[in-house]
Amino acid sequence: MTKQSTPATGTDIGTTPSQTVGPYLHIGLPWPDGPFAVEEGTPEGVWIRGTLYDGAGQPITDGLVETWQADPDGRFDHPDDPRGAVSRPGFRGFGRCPTDGGGEYGIFTLKPGPVPGPDGPQAPHIDVSVFARGMLHRTVTRIYFPDEAQANAADPVLGGIDDPAARATLIARPDPDSGGYRFDIRLQGEDETVFFDI
Amino acid sequence: MTSHAAASSGDRPEAAAESGGAGRAEPDSATSGSAKTGRLEVPGYVRDHDVHPPMDYPGYRSTALRHPGRALKLLPHLLTEVTGPVLGEDRIGELDHDLTRQHDGEPQGQRIVVHGQVRDSDGRPVPHTLVEIWQANAGGRYRHVMDNWPCPLDPNFTGVGRTLTDAEGRYRFVTIQPGAYPWKNHDNAWRPAHIHFSLFGQAFTQRLVTQMYFPGDPLFFQDPMWNSIPDEKARERLVARFDYADTVPEWALAYEWDIVLRGREATVFESEEDDE
Repeated sequence: MTKQSTPATGTDIGTTPSQTVGPYLHIGLPWPDGPFAVEEGTPEGVWIRGTLYDGAGQPITDGLVETWQADPDGRFDHPDDPRGAVSRPGFRGFGRCPTDGGGEYGIFTLKPGPVPGPDGPQAPHIDVSVFARGMLHRTVTRIYFPDEAQANAADPVLGGIDDPAARATLIARPDPDSGGYRFDIRLQGEDETVFFDI
Repeated sequence: MTSHAAASSGDRPEAAAESGGAGRAEPDSATSGSAKTGRLEVPGYVRDHDVHPPMDYPGYRSTALRHPGRALKLLPHLLTEVTGPVLGEDRIGELDHDLTRQHDGEPQGQRIVVHGQVRDSDGRPVPHTLVEIWQANAGGRYRHVMDNWPCPLDPNFTGVGRTLTDAEGRYRFVTIQPGAYPWKNHDNAWRPAHIHFSLFGQAFTQRLVTQMYFPGDPLFFQDPMWNSIPDEKARERLVARFDYADTVPEWALAYEWDIVLRGREATVFESEEDDE
């Protein structure tokens, strides 16, 4: 992959700073259908559930998790993906779920396909934003899948993380209860999730 | 055309030169993609972390256990990052932009119009993007089970709004001037009046949650959210401008607040097998 700078086209105005969502994000952000990145009941849909933990290992009950991902063919329903999405009825690719009284979130989705990367495919993954009281800016992480060992080994983003224990924090676990996956997010501490500067 | 690594390319080795050489698009059309040449051409976005507050800010006590302890890994801007949810009209109800008309009666307090333009840092308007707001009522109380500050709830005010920007990136809400309220962060702590804003922009990289403040608020000096923003000029960008021209005579005051999301920078060219 190569990059090329494009000239600035405008006035180079400063961006608006981030601020915390505060404790009352439940008023404005969650949607009734937010957790459904694909329509409820879609046959190949899977639940991805997990708990958001703070640095003391306590569940965070006033947080919000948002997800964004490709469809099962690795394509995005977005003008900047020139390949376009493959039609999947009811697939939004976006999920949004506040954490509950136990700090847990859940997203019902279709497993994404491999996405083109700089030197070959990226392993199937989901981009995640985490918001909460006490966070002045969102944090960003990625969910990878445990049943994609080969693709994960070749993934350029996972490959950039040298510490195997840190890398493992980005890989979801099978969830025996739902047949889906679990992906816990730890903001801080020994087993802290890898977060990205985006 | 010279090929060179962009400043934000991170710790990933860059290819010495683009493969092939045919089909390079001019910058203006580079974001439209080129499936025919077997390449994906996607934009990158300016990294703007110097604008935002640090995740660990002792003045705001709750950050202590809620900030990453390890250094963040640089995430290249690949397809997942430069795309984002396209959320349209179906998310917006008829009265979602007017928080004063969502109940049978009129809410208490001073009616205000809040409007502005959403642009990116290159000055380009961000059209047709979802803007969500939430806020306290005129007395500074949120309609939320956890808000027990002893100020009455207003039965005619929920405090939630949504709209889409128009083709020029403009948005407009009608609402009530929110009140200041006490919180327990520090001795005699009060939040300046504010409205929470949530924006998606056109890419995952542009996602922003922030707060709009009001000019001349006497509570800024003691507010850790406000003070957490390192650059004073950036801080001032959170303050709306009183807009006399857009007041509605005998009905509402008005404020104008422009929001600036991250701009696009280098164009990233990704090799891909042509599957057409």
